[in-house]
Amino acid sequence: MAESNHAFVRTAILPPQAPPLTEKGAIRWLRENLFSGWFNTILTLAALWAIYSLVSASLPWWLNGVWNAGSLGECRAIVAERAGPDATGACWAMVRDRWHQFMFGFYPQDQYWRPTIAFGLLFAAITPVLFSGQKRLRTFMLIGVVAFLVATLWLATVPMLPAGLTIILMLAVLALAQVRPAALMWFTVIYPALAFFLLWGGSFWVPAAAMAGLPVLLLAYRLLLPWTGVGIAAGAGIGLALLWWAVLDAPVAAGLARLAPIGLEPVASDRFGGFLLALTIGVTAISFSLPMGILLALGRQSDMLLIKTLSVGFIEFIRGVPLITLLFTASLLLQYFLPPNTNFDLILRVIILVTFFAAAYIAEVIRGGLAALPRGQYEAANALGLDYWSAQRLIIMPQALKIAIPGIVSTFIGLFKDTTLVAFVGLLDPLKGITQIVRADIAWKGIYWEPYIFVGAIFFVICFGMSRYSMYLEQKLKRDHR
Amino acid sequence: MKKSLFFGTLAAASALAGFASADTLADIKARGELLCGTNTGLTGFAAPDANGVYQGFDVAVCKAIAAAVLGDATKVRYVPTTGETRFTALASGEVDLLVRNSTWTFTRDTDLKFDFVAVNYYDGQGFMVKKDLGVSSAKELDGATVCIQTGTTTELNLADFFKANNISYTPVNVADDSEAQRQYVAGACDAYTTDASGLAATRATLPDAENHIILPEIISKEPLGPVVRHGDNNWGDIVRWTFYALVAAEELGITSANVNEIGTSTVNPEIRRILGTEGDMGAMMGLDAEWAKRAIAANGNYGEIFAANIGESTPIGLARGLNAQWTQGGLMYAPPFR
Repeated sequence: MAESNHAFVRTAILPPQAPPLTEKGAIRWLRENLFSGWFNTILTLAALWAIYSLVSASLPWWLNGVWNAGSLGECRAIVAERAGPDATGACWAMVRDRWHQFMFGFYPQDQYWRPTIAFGLLFAAITPVLFSGQKRLRTFMLIGVVAFLVATLWLATVPMLPAGLTIILMLAVLALAQVRPAALMWFTVIYPALAFFLLWGGSFWVPAAAMAGLPVLLLAYRLLLPWTGVGIAAGAGIGLALLWWAVLDAPVAAGLARLAPIGLEPVASDRFGGFLLALTIGVTAISFSLPMGILLALGRQSDMLLIKTLSVGFIEFIRGVPLITLLFTASLLLQYFLPPNTNFDLILRVIILVTFFAAAYIAEVIRGGLAALPRGQYEAANALGLDYWSAQRLIIMPQALKIAIPGIVSTFIGLFKDTTLVAFVGLLDPLKGITQIVRADIAWKGIYWEPYIFVGAIFFVICFGMSRYSMYLEQKLKRDHR
Repeated sequence: MKKSLFFGTLAAASALAGFASADTLADIKARGELLCGTNTGLTGFAAPDANGVYQGFDVAVCKAIAAAVLGDATKVRYVPTTGETRFTALASGEVDLLVRNSTWTFTRDTDLKFDFVAVNYYDGQGFMVKKDLGVSSAKELDGATVCIQTGTTTELNLADFFKANNISYTPVNVADDSEAQRQYVAGACDAYTTDASGLAATRATLPDAENHIILPEIISKEPLGPVVRHGDNNWGDIVRWTFYALVAAEELGITSANVNEIGTSTVNPEIRRILGTEGDMGAMMGLDAEWAKRAIAANGNYGEIFAANIGESTPIGLARGLNAQWTQGGLMYAPPFR
């Protein structure tokens, strides 16, 4: 605007006024979100009342929680003394008293360091799989594992030799992560044998000889691959490996054990319990059900009649039967089919059937991912001249799995929570098995909410972690620009 | 040809199965431990303590048998079994015997092909009510809501009792004892019914035990005892007579305190026979002479076991009642050691 000499024309712009009180800050937010009409106002007030009554009823119970007592009766006495005769209070002293049973079941107390080390190394083993290509995250994770191990080894008074070996192993893994991250996969591959050795103990050579089946498989595959196709080479490799496991494995392990008797004190399966049991079943079933599910999903899409029929039959049968039925099969029916006095481990039987169960679901989830891929992706793979397995590995599976991530992870979360069902076959799962044991003690009989809340909280942390990881993975793998 | 081979193999395998399980005693000695089927947790009867060591009234029987057979009361592997898995575990040979407060019934003894070799606890189903309900007999419970564990014989007994007395009730179904206790305390039911020993344990842990009474009616017979499978009578004898040695020990005054010297100091021939100072009773079952001495030394006699685990000095506080010696008006009656 040009210069103006008229008195009635402003020369300066007025500063903006503050909005009215009802249109800013918290009041505006409340008006818009909670009290925007008579109906919402009623709902808000009702919700507030519900929250208030819930909190006012349970808050004293939480606040009066007792952590130091020898029995439920003592807990009640302490609460009554502190907060009056009619007050209620949580009795967390039970968790304190039986913490080790919730964690390890009946595992021998002087051997607690073994599951603890196995647990720490588990994270080192899954890091290269979960955070492949993420050097910073991987290093953080491994440093976390080292810190955890050093702390627990120091706290739990572990014998010097295994403690030293563990720390050396972890430092080597950490160094490897810096120099040759791809080689970390080797640690992942040997981890199952290592964990088995740590958890169950016995001769070192049993898992070592079992692991030796893998080089046999790989060697046969590599040697035959140039001459035959992938299918035959893999088949021959698997056949040879089976031959190794069936015939040579046991004598070799026994012979080596005689030559060099290295080993840990054996721990029988029936001493496993609590979260040690839940994690053993859950982690094993999760890691074996994914590859099995992928193969089943591919088998279901196959043109070969036999493979297709077997896959469909397996998937539909397992999915059509409740998990409890499978667990009872594992626990009761198999006993009748096996020769008497064969001690086929109950935990192993349960793990196998839980793995089958999860694999059938995973197969269907992955089939969903495969179905979501446009036809053009398959044709493009063919046009590039890739054979079936290369096309699956390089083009189809990466995309299909990416699509299926939420489904896969929710199947895994469900599987992990389902491990509590093993209580029905007499295994000591943390939720029902250990809780029942604790309640059977006259000192803690009558305790109800505390064990459920405690176990539920730990399950929540683990499942929430898995869920967050799946969201992180989806973000990382996001390639489209939706 | 193929088929006959298959069936032949099957027959051979099952014959082998028959032989393999026919000598339980030899199996146990070769294994070096007794496999005892037990409860996943029942107050006073079988439950692991904070160190994972099983304790309880049923567990004491397992310990006594391990002491008699293997010479060491600690050489027992306890296999926790649920109500559903217990009989299969025994039938399939997963356990050598079952001491899991299992009621001796006709069908279990015959149709399931088991032997209940003795009764270590005479139980019966009872009712617990709040005192201010003003009820003094179960027959006054007309129209009451009753907490009852589903899938147990107690459920059937309850229906029978109310039908027989021509009164009505509303069941509140619960899954297990802890839930029943919770519902009962919360007032969801007027009465809670289960075995009287369980009621006593529950009442003992209520914050206001004095406001609850256990009604005098016992509406069922629940003889609980150790079970073995058919096919090995000698093993059944060993379990039966080890238990009766504990009962006879109480009657004859053999205790864990005097078991080591009374065998030589006494003139009572029955004591001398039980403790192996005279005769060779152990050898008749394939055991050594001091089997009963070790069994009694493991936890004491029947009365000591009762007092230590569920008796009136424990928080559970069960009276001996039917489980007193026959000389004291109870049903505990060991056949003569002769």
